[in-house]
Amino acid sequence: MEGRSADKQDIILAGVGGQGILSIAYVIDRAALDEGLHLRQAEVHGMAQRGGAVQSHLRLSSGTIFSDLIPRGGADMILSVEPLEALRYLDSLAPTGVVVSSSTPYRNIADYPDLGNVLERLRRVPRHVIADSEKLAKEAGSSRAQNIVMLGAASPFLILKEDSLLRHIENLFKPRGANLVDINIKALRLGRAAAGV
Amino acid sequence: MKPEVLLGDEAVALAAIHSGLSAAYSYPGTPASEILEYLLRLPAEKRGCTAAWSVNEKTAYEEALGASFAGRRAMVSMKHVGLNVAADPFMNSALTGAEGGLLVVAADDPGMHSSQNEQDSRYYADFARIFCFEPSGHQEAYDMTREAFDFSEKFDIPIMLRLTTRISHSRSVVVPREPRTQNPLRLGRWQDWTLLPSNARRRFQQLLKRQRELLAASEASAFNALTLNPSDRGLGVIATGIAWNYVQENLRGLASTPSLLKIGTYPAPESLIRRLVDHVDRVLVAEEGYPLVERMLRGLYGVPGKTVLGRMSGELPASGELTPDHIRSALSMNPLAHYEAGERPLAERPPQLCAGCPHTDTLKALNEALRDRPGSNVFSDIGCYTLGALPPLNAIQTCVCMGASISMAHGGSDAGIRPSVAVIGDSTFGHSGITSLLSAARADTDMTAFILDNGTVAMTGGQTSHATGPGLLKIIEGVGVPPEHIRVIEPLPKHHERNVRIIREELDHKGLSVIVAVRECVTYSSKRRG
Ligand code: SF4
Repeated sequence: MEGRSADKQDIILAGVGGQGILSIAYVIDRAALDEGLHLRQAEVHGMAQRGGAVQSHLRLSSGTIFSDLIPRGGADMILSVEPLEALRYLDSLAPTGVVVSSSTPYRNIADYPDLGNVLERLRRVPRHVIADSEKLAKEAGSSRAQNIVMLGAASPFLILKEDSLLRHIENLFKPRGANLVDINIKALRLGRAAAGV
Repeated sequence: MKPEVLLGDEAVALAAIHSGLSAAYSYPGTPASEILEYLLRLPAEKRGCTAAWSVNEKTAYEEALGASFAGRRAMVSMKHVGLNVAADPFMNSALTGAEGGLLVVAADDPGMHSSQNEQDSRYYADFARIFCFEPSGHQEAYDMTREAFDFSEKFDIPIMLRLTTRISHSRSVVVPREPRTQNPLRLGRWQDWTLLPSNARRRFQQLLKRQRELLAASEASAFNALTLNPSDRGLGVIATGIAWNYVQENLRGLASTPSLLKIGTYPAPESLIRRLVDHVDRVLVAEEGYPLVERMLRGLYGVPGKTVLGRMSGELPASGELTPDHIRSALSMNPLAHYEAGERPLAERPPQLCAGCPHTDTLKALNEALRDRPGSNVFSDIGCYTLGALPPLNAIQTCVCMGASISMAHGGSDAGIRPSVAVIGDSTFGHSGITSLLSAARADTDMTAFILDNGTVAMTGGQTSHATGPGLLKIIEGVGVPPEHIRVIEPLPKHHERNVRIIREELDHKGLSVIVAVRECVTYSSKRRG
């Protein structure tokens, strides 16, 4: 074991181009900075953003972070807005890691696998949270808030305070109107409740 | 100053401003686009300098060179293959030198996340015999940019900053320093800047003489660091740029720390390399990109008595992006335990055209018009429409480099392909298609060129296109395409029949036709261009 301690967290964010995983990263990054943590966050831009599989490696630590990429087996968490995409990166998860995934499929490919099987494989991970992000986002007021629902579902496992997350959700959405701030704060809370922790 | 969370690209842009930048030029391309975008996003008073998208990388380079001639600090940024387009002014600027600091940022894309190749720009720096910085992290990207402008003026050469995708597109904290003011206007000497053979020979001699100084600067640079382990003469590791991070990531898992050399500047610091190699039996060279340092080490005869490991020996993969896991295995460490996810492979999710994209309607109409013409070929280009090569459209057969569609359709037609079709976007046409079309128009080549005018550079995030709308039509007419064979269609499902008919008419024409498909990109419509 190479020093995995409570003040370090390596997260793989996953989803489909356009689902807003970079907004999740924005909120976590800023919250981490407020809490005095070091961070590195590798994003995917360019062609993959056209509806392809996208991921971002997000590393938080109270100490120095060397690599921008998380080694295979080094991820403490897979946080995915889409179940097939969660499955794609499971190999990177530490044996003790947690997978937090939406159960809402994004079917933009012809050979999308059997959803029941995908979810069943996610549930086999000893530590998992599967949340119906579409339903919860609609309940919060917009189906586009699924990313923040999933951030909420992951929040009990993050080494960050909920207040820091809320503050930066507000910063992120304020320029787009008070209504969006409310929707996304509600989305975070509903997601967090769904984690059942 | 206050720490900021920045992309590597943004750290470079901010550092350039703090270096007293007067002008920045670029053409969009992953992973370099965010450098100029950052500058454009700043409020004018904070930016305090010119920042503009150019028509292509060559014009961008020359615009920056003009600003440098005027004594001002200038930056030109581009993706790696953009430097091919700008190679002419780039190579010659090593001879003109720089009056005001000139920084060339080349962002390489190893692993080809969003590119046609993974060429390594350090070879260009070596080719031009200029100095090159390669950061391993964000603070270095900032600090190197600041130093690069000073070096450029000190050594009277352009300086390259070589980035790779994982620096460009990763975010981390940067602590900026006090900004410097801009240079006053001060013109370069004509004897240096007019590359007549007599001047060019003299300037080349000066450049050659300067190589010693460049090497000395590299060997003295704080961005290179040698740490010899006196109690272990077994393994030494040389790591350049971001590969350094992957080595560091794995060090704590090793029983004995190898001797280490971190390289961040080129010409590579030879004496540091010698000291490391002399100290150990085996050297692992970890480089993001081609094996430049590894090849230099091996030479033709190798290093007698030493084993050199790296991309050439197979310890590291010969191509693609490095990862911490590659380095781990090259250091003979066991893989980390990981969750066993079971059955692979999973269904892939490749990128695809957005729902409602105008390109889909154009390519559908083209597919139908070509259905009963078995000898046809569609030469295409760089842009979202390249995705039309994939199912379900399967509409194009080539994509090589910016502008190649029209010239290749020209050559294909000369070789006997009928119908020979080109498909190119408005911005790519402006970038490198105009001269190709001029050539086809002069020859009245029997071919049909589609220009997909969606009004923006969509693939890279909706930047400004220089050849769109009525201006585009004037260019097409201006290069000599007969007006009756310039046809405008609106790619929408409701016009499908009509569009197929127009396309068929032009395919039947024995000469050059241009079909302009005009409809805004649905993702970056007026959103950004407001
Ligand atoms: S970004 Fe625009 S041009 Fe590109 S696929 Fe989407 S709609 Fe089409």
